[in-house]
Amino acid sequence: MRLDEQTRDDFPILSRIVNGHPLVYLDSAASSQKPRSVVEAMARYYERSHANVHRSIHTLGEEATELYEAARDRVQRFVNAAAREEIVFTRGTTDGIGIVAEAVGRTLRPGDEIVVTELEHHSNLVPWQVAARDRGALVRAVPLVGDGVLDLDALDRLLGPRTRLVAFAHVSNVLGTISPVADIVARARRVGALTLVDGAQAVPHMPIDIPALGCDFYVFSGHKMLGPTGIGVLYGRRPVLEALEPARGGSEMIKEVWVDRATWNDLPWRFEPGTPPIAEAVGLDSAIEYLDKLGLERVREHTHALAVQAATQLAAIPRVRVFGPRHERGAVVAFSVDGLHPHDVAAALDADGIAVRAGHHCAQPLMRWCGVVGTSRASFSVFNSPEDVALLARAVADLHRALG
Amino acid sequence: MSVSTRPALYGEVIRERWRRPRFRGDLAGATATAEDVNPLCGDRVRMLLRLEDGRVDAARFTGDSCAICTASADVVAELVEGRARGDAAALQASDVLVVLQADIRPTRMRCVTLPLTVLAKALA
Repeated sequence: MRLDEQTRDDFPILSRIVNGHPLVYLDSAASSQKPRSVVEAMARYYERSHANVHRSIHTLGEEATELYEAARDRVQRFVNAAAREEIVFTRGTTDGIGIVAEAVGRTLRPGDEIVVTELEHHSNLVPWQVAARDRGALVRAVPLVGDGVLDLDALDRLLGPRTRLVAFAHVSNVLGTISPVADIVARARRVGALTLVDGAQAVPHMPIDIPALGCDFYVFSGHKMLGPTGIGVLYGRRPVLEALEPARGGSEMIKEVWVDRATWNDLPWRFEPGTPPIAEAVGLDSAIEYLDKLGLERVREHTHALAVQAATQLAAIPRVRVFGPRHERGAVVAFSVDGLHPHDVAAALDADGIAVRAGHHCAQPLMRWCGVVGTSRASFSVFNSPEDVALLARAVADLHRALG
Repeated sequence: MSVSTRPALYGEVIRERWRRPRFRGDLAGATATAEDVNPLCGDRVRMLLRLEDGRVDAARFTGDSCAICTASADVVAELVEGRARGDAAALQASDVLVVLQADIRPTRMRCVTLPLTVLAKALA
């Protein structure tokens, strides 16, 4: 059975009628929909087990703590991290990058360099800009070549004794470009630089094996991988996390507090100040369980096939331009229609019940490289079908007429 | 799916002003210009005004924007031409919507108001 046939009924929202048409949801790269099991796990938690975690010496507190920490264990297995101490729960990818940027930022000296790439999401650019600005450090970017892949020769020229950290996306949220993570990590390590990988668009669609990637930090969001909003994961290699002074303070992350000083809690809680997103961790746990049952290799195969189908069918339409590599790509397809603004494209598709993203996708430097203000973007998940893609292609072919 | 029989997405005024804007282009002798972007989508609108004796003698716009934003900019330029500076600055989104004859969803209201924001900057 095809993956969408197997999963479709698990997603209650897909039965919605939007503007008179059955919903065709092609915006999972922005935020995926949730299977019933995730929603029910969170409801069950709130209805039966909710309390604050870690310091509540009562039954509900213990249950909540157990559930929260069990979610951490599942994440650890999911990405094959060496230790549970390496899994820090965050509010999302942006938050995870912020935690690292602030902590590493404190150690930057004037003239130090952070290397990013031209295809990054703003969330993997601006935190580094802020960190660098505060310390007199510089942000430099790896340029793109060809149909939007990283110029690794240029990366080698950028790397040097001043490079402190290299931050890059595993999968571009616009072009779908898949970065050669292990290769980039190896190059960065040769100059002693740390590496942070933005895995927001990779984790929902492919098996992640942290030891094989070799990076120091890997961050992702729950809500793009069938889980809830408000939770994400920061993987940090243990010796690197151990050496890092937390930049954010609060409860939970301390061992002992005086009015003017404190000592830090053990990993991973050292980087989790305040009451964490407990119900969201329960939801994420359930989402991973769901993905694991499907099998990430199968998910990759399915969403990759949809992306290639979309890229091929859209590119065959006159006056439509498809961005990014044609075959080696993640589950997103950005496109533009000559003479039509991406927002108008999205509005017209919405009238057919088709939900796509439009705009700069929080990647304005990349938009400049593409030479456009914005694009429309279709993205895929386990529940999408080849028929969804065909509907998209048909509606796009009809756009000029639809807009009158 | 009945893609071929559905009504046009935008009203006639928006479509007409978007396809064939009357006030788009450069303005020789412009005395006040401003530009801004919509952070939601990256749309960019530039308003060019020629002010004479406290009146807006001529107005044009340039930029890269969606149908609604383009139509709004076109209407804004038309409405301010000939107005006293203070009257031009008092232009409201409701004034533009009356001309556009459109029911704009909240998610697209920024498309309508961007040209007004730019106008205010040019007149400031």
